Amino acid sequence: MAQLAGTTAETRTSRIEPLRRLAGATEVDLRLFGMLVALAAILIGFHIQSGGRFIQPANLITLSVQAMGIAIMSTGMVLIIVARQIDLSVGSIVGVTAMAFALLQTDWLPGLGLTINTPFMWLVALLLGLGLGALIGAVQGFIIAYIGVPSFVVTLGGLLSLRGTVWLLSSGAAVSGLQSDFRKIGGGVQGSIGGTATWVLAVVACVAIIALIAYNRRQRRRFDFPVRPVWADTLLAVVGCAVAFGVAAFANANYLPKGLATRYAQEHGIIEPAGGLKVPVGMPWPIIIVIAITVIVTFIATRRRFGRYVYAYGGNPDAAELAGINTRWTIMKTFILMGLLCAVAGAIGAARLNGATLDVGQSDELYVIAAAVIGGTSFTGGIGTVPGAVLGAFVMQALAYGLSFNGVNSPTQNVVAGIVLILAVGFDTWNRRRGGGTA
Amino acid sequence: MTTTMAEAPILEMRNISVSYGGVHAVENVSIDLHEGEVVALVGGNGAGKSSLMRALAGARPADSGQILIDGEPQAIANPRDAKALRIETIYQTLALADNIAAPGNVFLGREITTPWRTLDDGAMEAATRELMGRLNPNFTRFNSPVRNLSGGQRQAVAIARAVHFNARIMIMDEPTAALGPAETTQVRQLIRQLKGEGIGIFLVSHDIHDVFDLADRISVMYHGRIVGTVRKEDVTTDEVLAMIILGKPPDEVSTEDLAAVR
Repeated sequence: MAQLAGTTAETRTSRIEPLRRLAGATEVDLRLFGMLVALAAILIGFHIQSGGRFIQPANLITLSVQAMGIAIMSTGMVLIIVARQIDLSVGSIVGVTAMAFALLQTDWLPGLGLTINTPFMWLVALLLGLGLGALIGAVQGFIIAYIGVPSFVVTLGGLLSLRGTVWLLSSGAAVSGLQSDFRKIGGGVQGSIGGTATWVLAVVACVAIIALIAYNRRQRRRFDFPVRPVWADTLLAVVGCAVAFGVAAFANANYLPKGLATRYAQEHGIIEPAGGLKVPVGMPWPIIIVIAITVIVTFIATRRRFGRYVYAYGGNPDAAELAGINTRWTIMKTFILMGLLCAVAGAIGAARLNGATLDVGQSDELYVIAAAVIGGTSFTGGIGTVPGAVLGAFVMQALAYGLSFNGVNSPTQNVVAGIVLILAVGFDTWNRRRGGGTA
Repeated sequence: MTTTMAEAPILEMRNISVSYGGVHAVENVSIDLHEGEVVALVGGNGAGKSSLMRALAGARPADSGQILIDGEPQAIANPRDAKALRIETIYQTLALADNIAAPGNVFLGREITTPWRTLDDGAMEAATRELMGRLNPNFTRFNSPVRNLSGGQRQAVAIARAVHFNARIMIMDEPTAALGPAETTQVRQLIRQLKGEGIGIFLVSHDIHDVFDLADRISVMYHGRIVGTVRKEDVTTDEVLAMIILGKPPDEVSTEDLAAVR
């Protein structure tokens, strides 16, 4: 029996051996790669099931924009869970900040003499709203880290009282009418950067990828450490650039709707051809924001002392304390960052709605935690990656969107989402137990 | 049986008391340590050895008493204060973050950063490789989380941390408790090497062989007090065991007591 089990395990290992060697040479996180494959499988599966209608620029961009808020917050939730904490209040912080963004522009700032016609009024509103998110995070973080009330309790209280605050702020009314520049944060045709800028962005991304690979290579050379084989680095650079240009091409294959294209042609003095003018919409702002946030939070998590301390605390709180790390301040900072990220999600939410309702962000905490967990974050602390969580958010959104695209009702979508969550974590646990996990 | 040493001690702890909510873990204890000296702290469970050492390491500051380094009184309120005084601790529980690789653990809390204030992992790995070349030449897994390392390798990481930051005073809490025989030999050699370099070492141990192999002096603790400090040459293991078990000062240990512990 044991003999039999041994041989099957061996054949399995030998079959994935080339893949492992490739992963070893390129130092690609196998787990992350597996999630990309899963995401691709989900997209292709829905594409086939819908008879080839699913994978289209407009569709996937809508899907991505819908995943943005969850993806942005999941980057912060990774650090929270890695530090052995939890934040149940994120959905309510989104609600409060979204309402604040709306009220700032319609009521509070105009009361101070800044009207909807004041240029950069949206920027003032944005900064104040982001500050509010960080402040809420700081208050909760202070109670958790310095007073010692468990984060589950503090943020459960936050979940309830902040949702009530949304109602109190607006006296129960929905608020609308934001400055047009602010609304660009929410994406859509007006909130995208256009064709040329999208290509420029792809070039910038490509250059950044190559520079990063070269920098890492030089750093390792500096100390005579073994470096990756040249072919592996080249492959990474090529794949990275191909993805950047692929995404740009995809975003640019999404064209302005007919009416807007006609107006664009008139404005720019172009004679509209018979088949209609094809003006690329380009990359929506929220996708740019989520990419930027993923890069920044990954940088903070892996290249800064703060990130190292969060992981150290998660791995062994006593060790972190005895190493002289200011663990309380570290924990408080993770909650400040989380609050700030919730406010970013709130800004995108408010911008998309052109205002705020009472239920913006409702239940988001569940999806954000699920995204982090699907992305490989472990509740035992110390383990989890930011890109993994972002991918986790996309996997969930792809499932939900794909199901509804194929006419599956929302209760069934929830059933599927729940099962996928358990399966993902179950697979992870099994994989770690047999010693396969890389993270 | 008190010791007299020519040069002044690098460390004196005077009248130290530590209590945990009414329980006196350490009561009015005084102890000193010289350059290049190993002082073993022995005693039963709850005798106060670890509490005394935690006070020195700043992990749980003393409630009263004085700590003098080179004759100067110093305040040690937290681990950072202790480290600033070049007091390094190697804990029994191996205070390592399991999810982080060896260089990250060696430099935990004191990372090398680049001019852009980012972690300089290259420099930290290079320094760790150099340290390990001295401490444990067989060590090769610099990029693997320390949870994947053996007990001896983990101990080497913990010791490397103390060595790198130029400890003058090292506290070793059960340094060989989790190790196999070969690794124990390795760690003992390492302790002798550190002693040779002039580092003063407090060795907290249950292992009487470790104690007699390494220590210059042995301090026995019993119920939060030091019952006696003896030079290794002046006593037998049985006498030390009698002190540990019965809590009697060395000159009160009788032949019957020795028969009882034997």
